[in-house]
Amino acid sequence: MPYYESVFIARQDISSIQAEEIMEKMSSIITEGGGTVAKSEYWGLKTLAYRIKKNRKGHYLMLNVDAPAAAIQELERNLRINDDILRLMTIKLNEIDETPSIMMQNKKHNGDERGHKVGSYQEFKPKEGVSASEKTITKPLSNSETKNPVTETKLVDEIKEEK
Amino acid sequence: MISGRKPFFRRHKSCPFSSPDAPKIDYKDVKLLQRFISERGKIVPRRITAVSSKKQRELSRAIKRARNVALLPFVVD
Repeated sequence: MPYYESVFIARQDISSIQAEEIMEKMSSIITEGGGTVAKSEYWGLKTLAYRIKKNRKGHYLMLNVDAPAAAIQELERNLRINDDILRLMTIKLNEIDETPSIMMQNKKHNGDERGHKVGSYQEFKPKEGVSASEKTITKPLSNSETKNPVTETKLVDEIKEEK
Repeated sequence: MISGRKPFFRRHKSCPFSSPDAPKIDYKDVKLLQRFISERGKIVPRRITAVSSKKQRELSRAIKRARNVALLPFVVD
């Protein structure tokens, strides 16, 4: 059976317990359809990058499943019916990664509730010894935190000059 | 990297995803993806980021997926 990863966002007004209930319901749909749930994650109440149906925040839920396509269709149908679900996305995976996803690993970083600690997240640190005045192509890459549009446009200008 | 003194000399840049210990491109890894989008939320061209074309395709797919589930913005005003 193929592997799928399904992410869905629930309305901000529901409680995290209700969110977990939705998760359980959806997991049972998969098992009834003859699939197995490899991993189910609750990422917590996260701020959305843009508003969806007037919601600024949403409960993120993720399911990694090994299920026949029919079970996935049933899952998606149920999610669409559910009024608490704002958005859903199912993608096909080549393999299932049993380790908790990055979202669970840096839950603490996102300042999400209860401070669930599931391992630490290794941040990408800018390379040592790169002084601020030095113009480097890799610079906007290595420290995106302090990235500003000025350096970027400068780089584009440089490239134009070379040509 | 470009040296500051010679403006026309540019050393070979290598793809940040092609080394063996490179991070895996995943739409859930917002922190990683954010380094490859501009302030406006646009995908940065690979001539600037030095990502290989194969990885750029993978990367753009991941960014678009992240946008769909509201992890990344479509536009920043």
